[in-house]
Amino acid sequence: MKHSGRESLAAWAFAAPALVVIALFFGVPVFAGLALSLTDFDIYALADLRNLRWQGLDNYIHVLSLPLFWKALGNTIYFVVLGVPLSIGVSLAAAVLLQSKLVRFKPLLRTALFAPVVTTLVAVAVIWRYLFHVKYGLVNYTLQSFGIDPVDWLGDPHWSMPTIILFAAWKNFGGNMIIFIAALQAVPHDLYEAAKLDGARSWSQFRYITLPGIGPTLLMVAILTTAGYFQLFAEPYVMTQGGPLQSTVSVLYLMYEEGFKWWNLGLASAVAFVLFLIIVAVSKGLIVMQKRLTGVEA
Amino acid sequence: MGRESEVAAELIAGFEREHPGVRVKVEQLPWTAAHEKLLTAFAGDATPDLAQVGNTWLPEMQALGALEPLEPWLARTPALAAGDYFEGIWATNAPGGQRVGLPWYVDTRLMFVRQDLLARAGITEMPRDWTQWRAALASLRQHGMDKPILLPTNESAPLLALAMQQPGELLRDGGRYGNFSGPGFRAALSFYLERFQRGEAPGVSEVQIGNLWQEFGRGSFAFYLSGPWDIGEFKRRLPAELANAWITAELPGPNGPGQSIAGGASLAMFKRSRHKPEVWALISYLSRPDVQLEFYRLTGDLPARRSAWALPLNGATLAEDRHAAAFHRQLERVRAAPAVPEWERIEKEMQLAATRAVHGVTDLDATVRGLDALVDGILEKRRWMLDRKAAA
Repeated sequence: MKHSGRESLAAWAFAAPALVVIALFFGVPVFAGLALSLTDFDIYALADLRNLRWQGLDNYIHVLSLPLFWKALGNTIYFVVLGVPLSIGVSLAAAVLLQSKLVRFKPLLRTALFAPVVTTLVAVAVIWRYLFHVKYGLVNYTLQSFGIDPVDWLGDPHWSMPTIILFAAWKNFGGNMIIFIAALQAVPHDLYEAAKLDGARSWSQFRYITLPGIGPTLLMVAILTTAGYFQLFAEPYVMTQGGPLQSTVSVLYLMYEEGFKWWNLGLASAVAFVLFLIIVAVSKGLIVMQKRLTGVEA
Repeated sequence: MGRESEVAAELIAGFEREHPGVRVKVEQLPWTAAHEKLLTAFAGDATPDLAQVGNTWLPEMQALGALEPLEPWLARTPALAAGDYFEGIWATNAPGGQRVGLPWYVDTRLMFVRQDLLARAGITEMPRDWTQWRAALASLRQHGMDKPILLPTNESAPLLALAMQQPGELLRDGGRYGNFSGPGFRAALSFYLERFQRGEAPGVSEVQIGNLWQEFGRGSFAFYLSGPWDIGEFKRRLPAELANAWITAELPGPNGPGQSIAGGASLAMFKRSRHKPEVWALISYLSRPDVQLEFYRLTGDLPARRSAWALPLNGATLAEDRHAAAFHRQLERVRAAPAVPEWERIEKEMQLAATRAVHGVTDLDATVRGLDALVDGILEKRRWMLDRKAAA
């Protein structure tokens, strides 16, 4: 008894520094944010705390009744629903390509495909803004040489979000590609050889060997990418400032505007917690879905 | 902030020569980050002694109680007479009846005009009221110019300038409620929307235009509403053969030359400063007419004091300068936006609502009503505070 007590004390002592840091830099801000979201903390309250009013859940009700919030949520979901499969699909395709025996110069290709991930987002966003410029952009220039009318990629509310999705997918697919390459290498080779003997084509091999083999990785990548994509912010911040016609306002962008532009920190905190709940719910949903699917298949 | 901060360092060298023993440390901020930085500095108890504050931020800073009232200081400094400042600008520096800023440089919006294109369309006189303006635009279109005026939909200033020309306030009951459905704003918005409906202005944002100066040089449009900074930009960027093709002109009003926005930046002293006499000495120095003119020479920012406009400059005065003269006249007719801390946000909502109307999402009536409802919501806290103050 005494011995184990001392051991657990030592364990706590070793864990204490980390716990203190987590409590101080994670716990306290989160609880402060939660408390803030129940008040109407704003510029007036900053001047004089007597101007602070307890709001209870009013901020949450207000957020949920805000047309712009639903628009932002719609934009974000549009981004996630199109962006996540696209991003993962491109990652997987690139990973499979790099594993293939037909491809040469693999190290060079791998570096080239991974390069967008390590570039600075703001810098490449500026370059993309030039590429997609309605009059002087390379993309429209190319389209015009095929006889297609120029598209106002970032200025037209219908095209702004697809352009941002394209940009995000290009910027992020390299990271997931590396994870997929590692997962693909772990799939046993003899399975492919056996399949080949049975006469399986490459698509069947991919469908019945590769996909199940990397299933758990796929789920993890899907959850991480979804959670990350829900936090869409920097792309519209740099490329469109939420415009045109608020077509690229994401939930996080709305939070930023409320909080740091208009200084409604109470409302902004409420937006943050609503987004948190949405991300938790979606991630849980993905896990449940995966369990169902694998359960049925097994 | 921005270009001004780079230049301020040069001006301050002169101040330090005159005041040995006082050392000034200038911190440069980009405009985009300055507002946030000042607010966080206030929250963190780290405000500077003196700052350049945009006119529109003064109400907010004053509501925070961050700024030192300047009346007592002004009373001791006869050189800084109120009469030497443009009236409309002077008024913006006293939100809530308390003078917390001294105008440093001024700006307003007026027309940049390609007069050669006007002449080609047979327009010999610069339009001075809305009727003449309408006629000029129509005749430019008849002469084959597709979109004779540029009103970028992401800019609130052109519409706000038109609204300032109307009698009545944009916020009513002492800034408690929006008054956008009132007749004044309706008239301004309907004139604004008419430009798009008649196809005279393209419904695009500034981003979509790409290179504005290049388009102006090409003659894609003949009228553009902008501020003094574009004098320098146009001079620099337009080809030499166009040097005499463009001019600035006062903003036409509903009946004759109209009002425009009172803009610019002020010098403000912070309450928590521990060097107030020195700060006031620096404010006085930067406000001296010769220093103001030097500042103009370095930045192109227009001086806030009338006496600086009358000083000799390149053989004439600034008030007689080809491009600055119209600004000089316009500055005598400027009006401040409502002095409430929420204004910046309200102006943004106004611009968004107008953009929706430009794209035909809402009609005029729905736009102004929707805007009022939105603005009333934004002002809720202000009403609560005003009522509480009244009850106390």
